[in-house]
Amino acid sequence: MLFTAILYISFFVFLLGLSYKVSTWFSLKIGIASKNFTTSERMSAAVKGILGVIFSPKILILVKVFILDIILQRRILKEDFLRWFMHMLIFIGFMMLLLMHAFDSFITAPLFEEYYSTVNPFLFLRDFFGIMVLAGLTIAAYRRFILKVPRLKTSPMDYYAIIILTIIMISGVLLEGIKITSYTEFQNMVENYSGLDDEEEILTLEKLWVKDFGLVSPNVKEPIDPALIPLSKKLHNMNCAECHSSTEWAIMGYPVARLLKIVALRLDQLGGVNAFWYIHFLACFIGLAYLPFSKMFHFIASPVSLLANAVMDKNKSLPANIATRQAMELDACTHCGTCSLTCSVAMAFDKTGNLNILPSEKLVFLKTYASGKDLKENEIKAIQEGIYLCTNCDRCTVVCPVGINLRELWFNVREDLIQKGTPIPLVLSPFSFYRGLNQQKLDSKNYSNPVSLTKDAITDKCGLIKNPDKVISLTPVNKEFKKKVDLSFQATTYSYCFSCQNCSTVCPVVGNYENPQEALGLLPHQIMRSVGLGLKDLAFGSKMLWDCVTCYQCQEHCPQGVKVTDVLYELKNLAIKESFNNE
Amino acid sequence: MNKKMKYALFLGCHIPARVQQYETSARSVLSEIGVDIKDIKEFNCCGYPLRNSDFKTFVLFSARNLALAEKLGLNMITLCKCCYGSLKMAKHHMEENPFLKDAVNKTLAKEGLEYNGNLEVKHFLSALYSDIGINTLKEKITKNFKDLKIATHYGCHALRPSNIMQFDDPISPVIFDRLVELTGAKSIDWALKLECCGAPVLGINDDLSMNLTKRKLTDGKKAGADYLCTACPWCHLQFDSVQKMMIEQRRIINNHLPAILFPQLLGLAMGIGKKTLGINMNQIDINAIGD
Repeated sequence: MLFTAILYISFFVFLLGLSYKVSTWFSLKIGIASKNFTTSERMSAAVKGILGVIFSPKILILVKVFILDIILQRRILKEDFLRWFMHMLIFIGFMMLLLMHAFDSFITAPLFEEYYSTVNPFLFLRDFFGIMVLAGLTIAAYRRFILKVPRLKTSPMDYYAIIILTIIMISGVLLEGIKITSYTEFQNMVENYSGLDDEEEILTLEKLWVKDFGLVSPNVKEPIDPALIPLSKKLHNMNCAECHSSTEWAIMGYPVARLLKIVALRLDQLGGVNAFWYIHFLACFIGLAYLPFSKMFHFIASPVSLLANAVMDKNKSLPANIATRQAMELDACTHCGTCSLTCSVAMAFDKTGNLNILPSEKLVFLKTYASGKDLKENEIKAIQEGIYLCTNCDRCTVVCPVGINLRELWFNVREDLIQKGTPIPLVLSPFSFYRGLNQQKLDSKNYSNPVSLTKDAITDKCGLIKNPDKVISLTPVNKEFKKKVDLSFQATTYSYCFSCQNCSTVCPVVGNYENPQEALGLLPHQIMRSVGLGLKDLAFGSKMLWDCVTCYQCQEHCPQGVKVTDVLYELKNLAIKESFNNE
Repeated sequence: MNKKMKYALFLGCHIPARVQQYETSARSVLSEIGVDIKDIKEFNCCGYPLRNSDFKTFVLFSARNLALAEKLGLNMITLCKCCYGSLKMAKHHMEENPFLKDAVNKTLAKEGLEYNGNLEVKHFLSALYSDIGINTLKEKITKNFKDLKIATHYGCHALRPSNIMQFDDPISPVIFDRLVELTGAKSIDWALKLECCGAPVLGINDDLSMNLTKRKLTDGKKAGADYLCTACPWCHLQFDSVQKMMIEQRRIINNHLPAILFPQLLGLAMGIGKKTLGINMNQIDINAIGD
């Protein structure tokens, strides 16, 4: 039979997809942490880790997380009640439909001796759970398309998830509605389940079904003679009531049946029941077969992420298991956008439009990146800015509803992404502090590459710095450059400098070197004078610019009121802009 | 301190992730004194790390935080000196440059926010010293650390540029020392008291960064300090975590000087428990203090 064949095929595809996806958890290499492990090492480490947890008191943590975070979804509730409500409606509604309705012959029937899909409470509950899912989907669509939650991006996967669930639900409701009205269905049921064969009796029964239960029959015209009803009811009670509750209990199907009344006969003749039956089942089968590759896969991966993160510890867990967990976490992400909503630097996305700044979108990037996609130069630049423009405030990790340890994920992929041999302007900013703080965890051989590469990229464009013997031409003065130093009103104060060298004398950076000129190129007072003389190369190219600790000693001590530190800040802005953005 | 004080607490990014003991100790001290704290979940980064590369985005970051606090009619209190410096700096630039302020407000308007400048930004230390007052604090002190010698580290971005920060006298500041002396400890004189901790260039030029740190530690130690006292997460990480790394890398031998956060010291003097103050959470062991 076609139905069974499709069911088995889609289930087979699902299993195949599932095993493929789970196998990628052990094979995908993400960032620097996974470099040294083979797939088999990661698999055996996983078995060891899982057994270690199951046979230890940690199992209690798993039970707790399972109840609070997976079933009750406490982490979503903490962030946003509406979202929790939405997700619970879909989660409970869909799971119950799956268990009670879709798997009725495996679960509900063996559990309840009296089970018929047509009797209460099952008849009612099916529609009740359906309403839950549809209400949840409505809230989901409302949040994404009307409420426009800030920074909540909708990807094709999000559309797919909402659409496939909606098709399954709507086709189910329509199928039920049409079935209620269907004369063919009625005939079949009378034939199969009732003891009636007298046509007159069947017609009498039909009248009650037309009047009360939504049937649309070609033989019965309303209004129906009330005198016949007691007999109809008697026939109904004897033949139908035992296995069929009133269709009015189908709180969605019944109103739909009533709405379809006018077209019901035509629909029945055209085989409407069959058509919607196919749509409903095909949608379910497609949903099932494609599940491992869709956002819906999170219903497997997210609980795994929550459980794994509850018992794993960066310092104690096997490194191979952390590599595996990070690959799995890419599947656990539901693209819900909570991280981006709470991100400390998300404003930078609003300003620059670089999606990779948002944690939720970085994860989307990582999914394609981990699968081995080659990156174009501008994509590399964007992800490098995105991964580095991060204060490591951990807020994304704290709020992630599926418990993804984003802090460790970023740390792991950041190093990989910035070691591509290209200059990254942001490494010359205090964003580098975190990397410096954690340098012992990094490969010391390549550690300083990104910074020196970027510094060199800037100096390379400064001819005068590269050839100190070159004669400086002071005419004509580079007025254009001087004009640019005006981002803040303070910067133009460089023109008051008369080279008294107070700034360089109090500078702790200058004081740190025995031969500061050699180490730093230009000293602060020389930089001030360079700007005054319009010598862009000297102003941009000296190491002093990037070694400035911004302690404001120079500015505080300038007798002329030159805002030395602010001018240096300004030059840094300009040097980055001119060296990297105008290519 | 006359009426009940209330501030919007600005934690910044470092503290919740890496210096949680600063938050717990500061909160416990403030609650002991009876200061009300409002947490604003929507606060973002102050913008400090962006100043090198993008001045306007830096101002926007700060302005959004200012606007959020202003909306609730609250003054801000920061624990971080770089957040303090950035917020004050952005505030100053917007006051001096109406075009900048308008541009910022145009962006903020998308979220229904507006910055008008009707609020003050205080650092934890200046709030304690000026708003709450030495006398009020004195009443809460239960322990006397008379044998303790403390080197106060002021932190650059609170002190300078002094015309904008208005924190204290930039040449001979006293706030921090007076506050430390409340605990009975002696605030020692040391030459490099007002110098940079080295943190701003960590990760950019580690040798320079660590040399600056080492010079300060050596100088403080030579001046007889038992502890170096900090009130900024950047400085604290530099003198705590980075110092520990420097010891491990043998950049510092036999002359280490542990750092303690000011609210930890003040909290101990107020009789608050070591656990609440997160004494154990410092990377370099300071458990011996107060024994």
